[in-house]
Amino acid sequence: MNLKAMDLKTFKGGLHPPDGKEFSAHKAIEICPLPEELIIPLAQHIGAPAEACVEVGALVKKGTLIAKAKGFVSAPIHASTSGEVIAIEPRLHPMGKALPAIVIKPDGEDSWDESLIGANPDELNPDELKALIQAAGIVGMGGATFPTHVKLSPPADKQIDTLILNGVECEPFLTADHRMMLENTEQILDGIDILRKVLGIERAVIGIEANKPDAIEKMTKDAASRNIEVQALEVKYPQGAEKQLIDAITGRQVPSGTLPMEVGVVVQNVGTAAAISDAVRLGRPLVERVITSTGPGIKEPKNMLVRIGTPLQFLVDHCGGLNGEPAKIIMGGPMMGQTQLSLEPPAIRGTSGLLIFRKQDLPRLEAGPCIRCGRCIGACPIHLQPTTIAAYARLDLFDEAAEYHALDCIECGCCTYICPATLPLVQSIRYAKAAIMAKKRTL
Amino acid sequence: MLASILTLGGIGLFAAIALGIAAKKFAVEIDPRELAILEVLPGANCGACGLPGCGGYAKSIVDGSMAPNLCTPGGSETIEKIAHIMGVEAISTDPQVAVVCCQGDNAKASLKYQYLGLEDCNAAQKIADGPKNCPGGCLGLGSCVRACPFDAIEITTEGLAVINREKCTGCQKCIVTCPRSVIKMTPLSITTHVLCNSTDKGALVRKYCQVGCIACQICKKNAPESYQIENFLARVVYEAAEGAEAVVEKCPTKCIRDFSTGYPEGSSFCAVGPVKKPEQAA
Repeated sequence: MNLKAMDLKTFKGGLHPPDGKEFSAHKAIEICPLPEELIIPLAQHIGAPAEACVEVGALVKKGTLIAKAKGFVSAPIHASTSGEVIAIEPRLHPMGKALPAIVIKPDGEDSWDESLIGANPDELNPDELKALIQAAGIVGMGGATFPTHVKLSPPADKQIDTLILNGVECEPFLTADHRMMLENTEQILDGIDILRKVLGIERAVIGIEANKPDAIEKMTKDAASRNIEVQALEVKYPQGAEKQLIDAITGRQVPSGTLPMEVGVVVQNVGTAAAISDAVRLGRPLVERVITSTGPGIKEPKNMLVRIGTPLQFLVDHCGGLNGEPAKIIMGGPMMGQTQLSLEPPAIRGTSGLLIFRKQDLPRLEAGPCIRCGRCIGACPIHLQPTTIAAYARLDLFDEAAEYHALDCIECGCCTYICPATLPLVQSIRYAKAAIMAKKRTL
Repeated sequence: MLASILTLGGIGLFAAIALGIAAKKFAVEIDPRELAILEVLPGANCGACGLPGCGGYAKSIVDGSMAPNLCTPGGSETIEKIAHIMGVEAISTDPQVAVVCCQGDNAKASLKYQYLGLEDCNAAQKIADGPKNCPGGCLGLGSCVRACPFDAIEITTEGLAVINREKCTGCQKCIVTCPRSVIKMTPLSITTHVLCNSTDKGALVRKYCQVGCIACQICKKNAPESYQIENFLARVVYEAAEGAEAVVEKCPTKCIRDFSTGYPEGSSFCAVGPVKKPEQAA
């Protein structure tokens, strides 16, 4: 497929980190076997953590509800295999703290709960579909894990006209969405149809970065009959950030402090669309996801379909083990992912990747003084002044940092990546953001 | 010539009279005591009294809304002077000093991960509850150093905050900024302190720190009056601290320190010599 640079859309700012996708882009999705125990944390999404509704000793099937959503902005959690609940206790969470989790000992059968039955989306109305999505615990699979039913419930005064499917996968190294688009095309497209019905709109655009020509070709071919557009996008980080993607595809800019629905757009990850199709057609809740386990620190990088709660150590073992002494373990992508303390935490709903780097793969990180080169300002996709905000954060001048729109920062990390003085810019801005938010809450 | 002299002179005379009247009419009356108090206050605007600056505190003393003994940085000397100005009896408070209750520097306490972010304890604490395995130990990234208006805190070469007892005025700014509450206010007259802030069980403390309190009870057995153990952490009972010094050597992990014999290792304050003894309360 020929992609001319002229046809590619994009946003202003951003940068081009080495993409590292060659490790796993060609590897088909494998099903990861059952570990000895599954650790399923109650906090796996943005919003209130779920509330356990099973007791220790309870026998569960794959897909059985084990924790109820607490409030509207929350999501229920289901057992990812059949077996016995052996503990409900704090376990090391990918956030770096011990948080409550339900521990399941698999019985090896891996049998689905018989009470889960599918439905035909053509026979359901939008509200019924939305209820199914909510009950299945679907959250944004790109990594942010925002409960999907909340995104699909815009206030009455917001007119939505476009659904954007995020197949950009701009984070280096990750190839999970890429493989999903190649292997689960039908599921994704079906999910898009359901999403369009829920939102009551016609226009759906799938945005894919030009470094995945095979995915663009496959999606374009299959989507044509369904009246779904496929838009190739320039290869640039953070092309897949929600607001940058909307800018690139529709030319609309989401105003500061508002959500994409302000400009009539809803963005969903392609993985989320596939999960929605499963939730409606098969009645299956979100209990597994595709994870890219990669990096130079892993012997055999792979894309795997992993049950939620599988310990990271198990994923590494399944990928042939460690390739040398690990120096940095990241859950998610290298730019925005969460650094892990060990391989003990489990894979959760937002885990798009597991990256392991050795010492020799990591850059030198000794911060020097700011040389006022302004590269962070050029790279910032939000057009902020990272160096100024960081300087204010350094002096604990949070009101001034807020005046420079620190809260609009999407924490993509471009500023820190590009900084020739290796200053911890995004880290400083995150610190300021947390302080500003805390101040807002107390007022 | 004459006309210009008269004109300018006239303007000058008019302005002088106008200004004179204005000065009388719009004069802001300041209680002379307020100015006198402002003179004797340290002028650091540290906020220890609860107000943002010394000026506000002087005003509050004069109008009677605040007690005259709240300036801890000034100490008993300032309190006496204020009491003299106000014509009341000085109610002196025991001078207080802040102490970092931790000796687990990078050489002695183990790390959970290598922290590469912003050099600030509050920022580091947000990432998996701080880079130290100990949940209460000093992170040594210097948030307190920057908060201290009296330049009384330093970070040792091994990454531990140490407070100079001569310079500390007890303003509590460091206590407010510390994310791990490892700094405590103590009476200056007490020089022996248990320098540990971990409430974990002894076996766990041993795993991550060579100088942590393991709640072995040896100090309490040797000086039952002077020590108290709560949540697996010993502390000196300030009301009966006389016997505390005697057991410093007996502590198996050496987490009890007598500041009259010196500061924790690696501190440049070591050479300062004997620690200031408190002035006698008036």
